[in-house]
Amino acid sequence: MSRLLELSAVELAELFRQGELSSSEIVDSFLEQARRWDGTVGAFLQLDAEQCRAQAAAVDEKRRRGEKLGPLAGVPIAIKDILCTAGTPTTCASRMLGNFVPPYDATVICRLREADAVLFGKTNLDEFAMGGSTETSAFKLTRNPWDLDRVPGGSSGGSAACVAARMVPLALGTDTGGSIRQPAALCGVAGLKPTYGRVSRFGLIAYASSLDQIGPLARCVEDLALSLEIIAGHDPRDSTSYPGEVPPYRTLCKQPLEKLRIGIIPEQLEQIDPAISQAIREAAKVFQELGAEFREVSLPHSEYAVACYYIIAPSEASSNLARYDGVHYGYRTDERQMAERLAEERRLASAGKSPEEPDPPLVRLFRQTRSEGFGPEVKRRIMLGTYALSAGYYQAYYLHAARVRRLIRQDYDQAFSQVDVLLGPVTPTPAFRIGERIQDPLAMYLFDLFTVGANLAGICGLALPCGFTADGLPIGLQLQGPPFSEPRLLQLGYWYQQRTDWHRRVPPRLRSESSPAGVSSNR
Amino acid sequence: MNQPYEIVIGLEVHVQLLTESKLFCGCSTKFGAPPNTQTCPVCIGMPGVLPVMNRKAFELALKTALALNCEIARFTKWDRKNYYYPDLPKGYQISQYDLPLSRNGYLEIRDPSTGSCRRVRIIRVHLEEDAGKSMHDEVAGKADSRIDLNRAGTPLLEIVTRPDIRSPAEAKLFLTELKLLLNYLEVSDCNMQEGSLRVDANINLHVTTPEGVVPTPIVEVKNMNSFRAVERALSYEAARQYAEFLETGKRLGEVPKQTRGWDEDAQITREQRTKEESSDYRYFPDPDLVPVITSEAELQAIRTSVGELPAALRSRLESTWGITAYDSEVLVHQGRAFVDYFEQLARVCGDGKLAANWMQQDIARVLNDQEITIEQFRLSADQLGELLRMIPERRLDTRRAREVFNKMLETRQTTAELVAQMGSVELDDRQIEDICRRLLAENPKTVSDIKSGKIKAVGGLVGQAKKINPNVDPARVRELCLRLIEEMD
Repeated sequence: MSRLLELSAVELAELFRQGELSSSEIVDSFLEQARRWDGTVGAFLQLDAEQCRAQAAAVDEKRRRGEKLGPLAGVPIAIKDILCTAGTPTTCASRMLGNFVPPYDATVICRLREADAVLFGKTNLDEFAMGGSTETSAFKLTRNPWDLDRVPGGSSGGSAACVAARMVPLALGTDTGGSIRQPAALCGVAGLKPTYGRVSRFGLIAYASSLDQIGPLARCVEDLALSLEIIAGHDPRDSTSYPGEVPPYRTLCKQPLEKLRIGIIPEQLEQIDPAISQAIREAAKVFQELGAEFREVSLPHSEYAVACYYIIAPSEASSNLARYDGVHYGYRTDERQMAERLAEERRLASAGKSPEEPDPPLVRLFRQTRSEGFGPEVKRRIMLGTYALSAGYYQAYYLHAARVRRLIRQDYDQAFSQVDVLLGPVTPTPAFRIGERIQDPLAMYLFDLFTVGANLAGICGLALPCGFTADGLPIGLQLQGPPFSEPRLLQLGYWYQQRTDWHRRVPPRLRSESSPAGVSSNR
Repeated sequence: MNQPYEIVIGLEVHVQLLTESKLFCGCSTKFGAPPNTQTCPVCIGMPGVLPVMNRKAFELALKTALALNCEIARFTKWDRKNYYYPDLPKGYQISQYDLPLSRNGYLEIRDPSTGSCRRVRIIRVHLEEDAGKSMHDEVAGKADSRIDLNRAGTPLLEIVTRPDIRSPAEAKLFLTELKLLLNYLEVSDCNMQEGSLRVDANINLHVTTPEGVVPTPIVEVKNMNSFRAVERALSYEAARQYAEFLETGKRLGEVPKQTRGWDEDAQITREQRTKEESSDYRYFPDPDLVPVITSEAELQAIRTSVGELPAALRSRLESTWGITAYDSEVLVHQGRAFVDYFEQLARVCGDGKLAANWMQQDIARVLNDQEITIEQFRLSADQLGELLRMIPERRLDTRRAREVFNKMLETRQTTAELVAQMGSVELDDRQIEDICRRLLAENPKTVSDIKSGKIKAVGGLVGQAKKINPNVDPARVRELCLRLIEEMD
């Protein structure tokens, strides 16, 4: 494997700036890695080599002319296919948007372009980010590079898998209930869910607007800091975006650690896979060595977090996804077939042979388009949300969940009055087998136990690789901090990674295979 | 006209606000552009885009709510009203549900014939986005519909009254007054043809029966395209409900609420296809928009920008210029610029009643003939005032003033120039006497007739005097001629 593939985004950017590497060399190496491995891993929905090379050539040219270069100049970054990229398909891994090409860039994409990054393909995800295994994608299966029989997690499974498989140093994901942190943990990479409002959501195709947040995935924390610095900041096109200044995350994360109080929730460690609780305890020791002081805290309403999340998120989703009706863009049912079938039903009805009155054509168009365009998990959540918002149920479900959400937020406020950050697991178990849970939505939902709280409370969370199970599956830890405490999370993460090498481990399969010809190997 | 029932009406009015751009994006709101040319990813609801509130629209809404005497919410939010329709591209409308920007107001209406005032209470005024327009091309025998999204996202104010209106005529009066108010506020042009003002009405009857007062089922009437249509539709509906009550005896609550559409051609209301289930809009707070907080300072600034409103203006005009309620009604109805012109005219000529008459007759006629507004009228109030002032000063009679007025319109000359040119200068007593003496000398027959008692013959002399000099005062000529004949003896 090329040594270049092991470099961080920060290192690649530095070597590029110094003229040690051209962007074309960098991009070609990653394209080669993707060519070799993505057939197996399946991280990308689209990866246009020509387009990548053209961007690389352009930034090389820019450097040659001595123009000012952006902070990610020459470095490839993969994009979860739920972020709009002008002129290239943005599908949300749904049949519904299979042919959708947005005429605009998401704000984060604009900012990456301004930073001279090379946009490196669109990654697979659970359909409309609804799922935790990337198995609900309408288009393909993504496999966990650490064990190809297992899921990469989700919904940003493609982004996590391509970073883990060294097909790219950096990727963007989105996190609505854990969709960055959970796949990061299952794939042994780092992932940051920023504070709600820290990053503009303009151009992020909404799943649950009050919970969605865009964030980076990478192997090392400094890369997360650099990319957050680029994508964060107020956006006049998103009124929920935070107007405050963007701190210099990359500089801040390397500051020496002062005395910190870290909270730990003992019950969390009791109810999970013992290998994970063991790894978290080991990590706690590292933080202790770094000067942190530990304290036990509790989040009394956390047991309701999953229930609360699965009311709020589907409620918003049921409304956000109403626009996909086949009228203005996206998938539309075969109208000729529809008209013929409807005419046949009318004949039967008028002959008294069918008790049911056929739909008016418009209703049939909506109904048929949506039943064909959406997959089962999306439909399930639309149904859940529609139910929760319906007259007579609104009070008992949506409004009730909104109140519980406030209590969960208060729990965090309370905890953060005692400690600076919380340390805990990302998931109760490591990556599960493909197909193992897809028929059991409830088990799948319960997997989100430790991650949904941060979204409901709007706070930030960082997932870091912190060990492996006996089977060699990656384990992640989670640090959660109060709103806009990203500098502190990144700082803790940075120093943790200075003391550990979990993030440098390479999936054995990638290591064992021979390197592609012409690319030097350090192993 | 003495029916054994009382009519109870409540109105729901939608008014498009006069903003340059839409409520949640930067697209133009101009009417009449080719279909789908005033759209962007936000107002056509493309994936991933977000709405951002137009502060100007919100201010116009606050201004209107203040003018309607409403309580203003210092904290208000946006809600989604979910329903499927092809001209609603997001599948929901951004509206306001449980925390509207204002509540509990009223609009005072005055019956111009009796002068009596009544308050129609307003339940709420809130802001929402308009939907697009569907055009069903069924005439051509084609089944396809066309959708124009130019209107989608235009700011729309919803004004809901209490059921305080007691007759179809009063409903029309309310709408007329509301439209006038909105014009004065410059928040809407209220053009029903262009759809910038839309009205739905809820109506039922309180029938007096031997068993007491019985309310009939409430009917919602839609599809009324003019104020006159509102009045007619509601009159029709009241009569229809009474007939139905006599026939069926059904009272409020015994049948589901019905929606009927006004058929302008047939001049009747028709039952509209009732939805199988009652509509459930699944309102919930829009997570893409932040709540709107209005500070006292902002509110104060808007309050001062409201200006003098029609009702207050009418009573001030009546007390300042001594004009009748009818006159003030007509003047105020023509809009603020017309009133401003009137007041300047009255100030210069010194006679409010005279100015009011000229505004309503001569000026209104010219504006009407030339199809122009008072702003485009070529005579200034000062110029015209100079002319009118001559009437009470008895320097000019109305007929002559009108001639000068018409000349002024044609020639752009000043009042003084024209009066001089037309010889319209005041004559002194000696000049008049000269004319009279000349006439007596030239008309011995008339003189003898008068002497023999036919006093009426003096009219002929007056007529000739006017031909000699149009400025003569006929009464003075008459008086002087008679005196001179008397002196001859």
